[in-house]
Amino acid sequence: MSHAADLPVWVALLVSCLVLLGASLALVGAIGLVSLKTFYDRLHAPSLGATLGAGGILLGSILLFSVLQSRLVVHEVLIAVFVTVTTPVTLMLLGRAALYRDRSENAAASPPPITSNEETRSGDSI
Amino acid sequence: MSATILSWSLLVALVLLGLAMVAASYRMMRGPRAQDRIVAFDAFYVNAMLLLLVFGMRTGSTLYFEAALVIALLGFVATLALAKFLMRGEIIE
Repeated sequence: MSHAADLPVWVALLVSCLVLLGASLALVGAIGLVSLKTFYDRLHAPSLGATLGAGGILLGSILLFSVLQSRLVVHEVLIAVFVTVTTPVTLMLLGRAALYRDRSENAAASPPPITSNEETRSGDSI
Repeated sequence: MSATILSWSLLVALVLLGLAMVAASYRMMRGPRAQDRIVAFDAFYVNAMLLLLVFGMRTGSTLYFEAALVIALLGFVATLALAKFLMRGEIIE
């Protein structure tokens, strides 16, 4: 850690808070992955780490390297944009695939289909 | 002073992310069905990417950033292909 010896203390504290927040959110998401009961519940847990968890760590990384190299380092934004775009895509595809599999096997745990009545009601509310 | 703060907090973050990877791999091994394993794999590679980023901050080199970017790209493609396989039974139709 010799590269951080002449870092201002407030930068070190801020980076520590951001990184610890991100890492603990990722851990909470992974614990939810283990402890939630059904697949459709578990689908929601890891996005905690993929959104705010990754955001905190990437913000901390941007701040640390910007201060260390005394110029604006923003290449972490690439990862942030990529993760933000891809996480909903993968989770929606997985949810649809699981729903398709459950429906085709007539599993008892599969969520009920949306009736036309509910569909019009939700359409009205929008 | 600031080096000590940063060193310890980044070490704690590494341990937390490692525990998250352990939890995800537990679900990957245990998961009752294929889709559980794929969700666990998704969480696993995201946590591995974050672990590499924190490790790069600890060593002070930006080299690990590129490795994290490659993990994010390849993990997304892998999860997409696996989800497509679950849906259709084949990947390239």
